[in-house]
Amino acid sequence: MSSKVLEIKNLLMQFGGLKAVNDVSLDIHESQITALIGPNGAGKTTFFNCLTGVYTPTSGDINIIPPGKKLIRANGLKPNKITEIGLARTFQNIRLFQNMTVLENVMIGRHAVTNAGVLGAIFNGKKTKEEEKKIIHDSHEILKVMNLEKFANEFASNLPYGAQRLLEIARALATDPFLLLLDEPAAGMNPQETIELIGTIEKLKHEFNLSILLIEHDMHLVMNLSDMCYVMDYGRLIAKGTPEETANNPTVIKAYLGEDF
Amino acid sequence: MNRLEILKKSLINAILGILLTFPITVIKVNTIEKEITWRWYMLALVGSVIFVISYLWIRQQERQKAGITFKFKESKLGIKYHSLMDKPGVTKRVLIFSTILIIALPFITSPYTTSIFTTALIYIILGLGLNIVVGLGGLLNLGYAAFFGVGAYTFAILNQNFGIGFWLALPLGGLASALFGAIVGLPVLRLKGDYLAIVTLGFGEMTRIVTENFGALTNGPSGIANIPKPTLFGHTFGYFGSTRFVYLIAVALVVLIIFIVWRMENSRIGRSWVAMREDDIACEAMGVDLTKAKMTLFIISASIAGIAGVLFAAKTTFINPQSFTVWESIMILCIVVLGGKGSVRGVILGGLILILLPEYLRAFQQYRMLIFGFLLIVMMVFRPGGIIQNVRKIYKIEGDLSNE
Repeated sequence: MSSKVLEIKNLLMQFGGLKAVNDVSLDIHESQITALIGPNGAGKTTFFNCLTGVYTPTSGDINIIPPGKKLIRANGLKPNKITEIGLARTFQNIRLFQNMTVLENVMIGRHAVTNAGVLGAIFNGKKTKEEEKKIIHDSHEILKVMNLEKFANEFASNLPYGAQRLLEIARALATDPFLLLLDEPAAGMNPQETIELIGTIEKLKHEFNLSILLIEHDMHLVMNLSDMCYVMDYGRLIAKGTPEETANNPTVIKAYLGEDF
Repeated sequence: MNRLEILKKSLINAILGILLTFPITVIKVNTIEKEITWRWYMLALVGSVIFVISYLWIRQQERQKAGITFKFKESKLGIKYHSLMDKPGVTKRVLIFSTILIIALPFITSPYTTSIFTTALIYIILGLGLNIVVGLGGLLNLGYAAFFGVGAYTFAILNQNFGIGFWLALPLGGLASALFGAIVGLPVLRLKGDYLAIVTLGFGEMTRIVTENFGALTNGPSGIANIPKPTLFGHTFGYFGSTRFVYLIAVALVVLIIFIVWRMENSRIGRSWVAMREDDIACEAMGVDLTKAKMTLFIISASIAGIAGVLFAAKTTFINPQSFTVWESIMILCIVVLGGKGSVRGVILGGLILILLPEYLRAFQQYRMLIFGFLLIVMMVFRPGGIIQNVRKIYKIEGDLSNE
């Protein structure tokens, strides 16, 4: 089995008396697509927010192991630091920069991997110009991969829904991640768009050599894409295995469909 | 709803308004003379004003329901204007002509006019500075006049105690204001939205009250007088000369700051500010350090206000805390909001309108705030982006980039 890129041990996230994420341990391996499924309110997004630094977990360990580099303990790091390490995320409820163009949205993603400062901006020297040129070029390349280049100068808010979802992924890709965290990428998409999305995610995985962690409700997408599947319910992990194994797991069926089935 | 129904509804509103305001507008009781005057003309005035406003208001709401967004009709003049500007070389000629006009202005008009325009230019500088925070960064700062004051007082105090002149004070005032911005920014920038607005408002007032009471340094409410006018390589000007000179310095500073703002807003840093305004959580997830971005924003904007403050002190040669009240902050905010948040051209236009109009319409001075308020409401309803809305830069991506 390939090496780990993310290792989570006994993660606990407590809000007052509520344990939103309770004792979750989970590994993500290089170049694999790992799915995290579970009913509404199971704590999946909270888990995501712990990983990406939005919340500081109550206890447990989040260890990020960038390929070929040393392990980094990421508990309590700020979101921008996590992004710099190489974890990029998308949001369940689309959070694009609505009044910026599509290209600019992706260009923001390049922020973490570039470094022109205030003085650079004012004097606009050769180095800054080159960097800016490269940002535009790279961002445009990413738009091409996501088939969004025809929208490049449109406002993000004017995009069709499916394209907005894709732009979220494009923007995350622009930060040069090795692990991509997708929070319900297919939410609100029609079946045709979902099928296209499966193709796109597969393509991205190979083209950018990505590991992917995916939260999803759409079982079709999970079955088709994921190598490994974890199931959460009431903050706890209740099952893990290949997608087929988990789909036939009685505990999982109970959690999703209730006792009677 | 058709036009007749809207008219009927507005008429009812007007009658209701008349009935409600009847006792205060129409009947005037003079308790000393024990007389009652019936001011019937007020009835007509109140009625017609309410009628017009309510007609416009209802029509606008109907349009919004129908999904028609309000657009200014392109007048024939406007179309002519655009076709003229599109001709090659015309923009350049207009630019050269207006540059000559701007530079020649103090030599062809009275010192009074020059002085008013200098004030307008100072407010344009302030508007441009506040625009960075409010328009680009989306952080509402209601205490901006405090930074303005810090700049002005830096010059005044340094001059009183160490005899430092205008040119050295200009960068020092900017620096002092930036430092003050950093000190205020550290605790304040943890807050968001309304809370940030209230705390900055508080800081603004605190600064004014400190200047009023720290008599040993600031001379208290009576202020500091005899601040020298700027010199040119040791050469001092007479009254007319120095009015002109200050005006020209103000023009130069406006040009410099416009240049800086233009460079900033389409740079990597500027983009991250706009992204922060749009969605701070997503912005942070894209690797932007929000604390750093906010501090940079705050400090740059503060230093611009500081520079404006030094210029202001040099222009008026006398400053006291009354020049830096919350009304100044609101005035500057009005310039930004009215002109167009995030838009440099908008802020310039806003500054000219809000400073020059009251000066030339002294007759309506008592109604100034009333008119401002009304103007702002009308703007928010019809054109929430300001007179000149901000446009994002369009990047041209042709094949040539990848070939390089």
